[in-house]
Amino acid sequence: MSRLQVVSGKGGTGKTTVAAALALALAAEGKRTLLVEVEGRQGIAQLFEAEALPYEERKIAVAPGGGEVFALAIDAELALLDYLQMFYRLGSAGRALKKLGAVDFATTIAPGVRDVLLTGKACEAVRRKDKKGRYVYDHVVMDAPPTGRITRFLNVNDEVAGLARIGPIHNQAQAVMRVLKSPETAVHLVTLLEEMPVQETVDGIAELREAGLPVGRVLVNMVRPSVLDVPVPTDVRRTELAKALSGAGLGGARKGGLAEQLVDPLLAQAAEYEERVALERGQRGLLAELGLPVHELELLTEGIDLAGLFRLAAELRKQGVA
Amino acid sequence: MTLDQAPSLDVDPLIDDPTTRIIVCCGAGGVGKTTTAAALGLRAAERGRKVVVLTIDPARRLAQSMGIDSLDNTPRQVKDLDGDGGGGELHAMMLDMKRTFDEIVEAHADPERAEAILNNPFYQSLSAGFAGTQEYMAMEKLGQLRARDEWDLIVVDTPPSRSALDFLDAPKNLGSFLDGKFIRVLMAPAKVGGRAGMKFLNVGMSVMTGTLGKLLGGQFLKDVQTFVAAMDTMFGGFRTRADATYRLLQAPGTAFLVVAAPERDALREAAYFVERLAAEEMPLAGLVLNRVHGSGAARLSAERALAAAENLAEPRIVDQGAGKEELRNSPDSTASSPTPAGSPTSADDPEAQQPSEAQQLAAGLLRLHAERMQLLAREQRTRDRFTALHPEVPVTEVAALPGDVHDLAGLRDIGDRLASGDRPAGAA
Repeated sequence: MSRLQVVSGKGGTGKTTVAAALALALAAEGKRTLLVEVEGRQGIAQLFEAEALPYEERKIAVAPGGGEVFALAIDAELALLDYLQMFYRLGSAGRALKKLGAVDFATTIAPGVRDVLLTGKACEAVRRKDKKGRYVYDHVVMDAPPTGRITRFLNVNDEVAGLARIGPIHNQAQAVMRVLKSPETAVHLVTLLEEMPVQETVDGIAELREAGLPVGRVLVNMVRPSVLDVPVPTDVRRTELAKALSGAGLGGARKGGLAEQLVDPLLAQAAEYEERVALERGQRGLLAELGLPVHELELLTEGIDLAGLFRLAAELRKQGVA
Repeated sequence: MTLDQAPSLDVDPLIDDPTTRIIVCCGAGGVGKTTTAAALGLRAAERGRKVVVLTIDPARRLAQSMGIDSLDNTPRQVKDLDGDGGGGELHAMMLDMKRTFDEIVEAHADPERAEAILNNPFYQSLSAGFAGTQEYMAMEKLGQLRARDEWDLIVVDTPPSRSALDFLDAPKNLGSFLDGKFIRVLMAPAKVGGRAGMKFLNVGMSVMTGTLGKLLGGQFLKDVQTFVAAMDTMFGGFRTRADATYRLLQAPGTAFLVVAAPERDALREAAYFVERLAAEEMPLAGLVLNRVHGSGAARLSAERALAAAENLAEPRIVDQGAGKEELRNSPDSTASSPTPAGSPTSADDPEAQQPSEAQQLAAGLLRLHAERMQLLAREQRTRDRFTALHPEVPVTEVAALPGDVHDLAGLRDIGDRLASGDRPAGAA
């Protein structure tokens, strides 16, 4: 099982939720995982119903069987100051740089520095060992930028290593790249069974593969349960249907009766449903062609709360994802 | 049905009004922003306006739906519009960040300098799109399109940002960096510390550039310095244009549409955006609520539908007193509900213990209906929460479609739904 698991997906597919569930699942049975957020949205804190996360690793949940999930919202600016302090002991000079706008410059405008810092911090956590030489975290799960940006985000270190051809940033960028391109890393993509997210997933995987980044799994989120187990026959007999509805106590079956009036709208809903199911079948087919493990997670209709998160984590374990 | 019903958003008066020159569609990712922008553009064009749609989303499907193989950085005319010779036109383009950036350089620097910039490795990375560039270039392009004055309506969708707010900040950020202190330091440390009293600062500067040199590698810093020096002439322009575009967005000719789906996160983001627009004094026209579900049988509640489905799915006791027994079992129905004219069970083969095909189908349809009604209720709750927070924001609702849009007819259909703003039947 890869030690760094990167979770991406099109906006609106629930990648933060899946990343959190994965971190929980990986932490089961006494393991320790770190869930990393890089986009400054505090989505993890919201999911775990906690206060906004500071820039520090903080225990956020206990997994079944005693494992622990830590969370970290990486702030590029603080990561840079951290970094300056670590390598250069730049306490006050760091503040002066900040005052000048250099830190802002480096973390928002300078090409890639921001992404280098974010991926660098995650990789540092992957490699970190305690005094006894054991890894501090068994797994690091990253709630990464969306599919459209993921390859560039992960590959930024290659580019930066090319731009900054010597110096610690160059070395750092290369070290990060070694982790990201190794089997220690897996990039998972979250999708829905809809055309655009599936298309983005297919495109995203092609990009990741081309960049030599290790693609993990496809996680299909919010899969709706099948409701209509009997297909609607093409020659549906409306009068019998009306009678059946009427028999269930829903009003009269004669023309204009309450049960009879239900027939058309109910059939219309069924037609919509069947159209959607057919579309979903097509999307499943496209995903199957990718040659990757595909996992489906059911839609939690009441929205995601802590209980829902644990359910998703259990499901991921059941499916062997963690 | 709620007491604090939101006012409804009338799309047609908005797009027909000749003083409306820019419509910005913004909202969280995955709510149909781009499709909304395209549908609005098409509708406005077919109602006689000369429209350009600027999209940031590289969705090929959208381009294809407008009959264009691929969109690029130049507006392309969309053919086969309806509209009764009203003189309307629709053009569409997709933002190419790098190309837009290159064009700015080419337009604002002499050829030699332009070449130096375009070949600079730092510039090449910056323009190929790191954080912030896309948002900035979207604004820049919008400013350009507006300045060309060839279209009387520009519809733009915003970049898929980390948060919907990024693009409002981008011009200010980039503008302030590019003529900020730091850039000046990089360019000419000596100038900044020129005055006698500032000498200590000068020392600090060289420490700093030294540090940066160590950190980034000397070559990198040199690339940055070359870049900055080469761009020097353009800095003022950047800032001025960023400010101008920002003011353009505040002007009366601009209308913001916040796009959302009736889901918790999307509406939370929408609420946030509404507040931000107000704080920035940007004119909000209203909320477009996509993918709203309805039902033609809304008066049948989820609970009753489920109870009836259960009733139908149970194997029958053959000699049961047919309809009456079932009626007693079923939850209390509408008082006027007439007694069924003969129960289906009585018509069944006497030895059939299992529900008939029609009954199984009816049970399935009822379960499907219950699911739909539960969805409606959830959508209603999230919507109510938004309306309670922002009762002043006009709303239009667009009924959910089972699939994606693939052609102009599909976009037109969405346009109709946008304009009618009718809640889908049964959506409370």
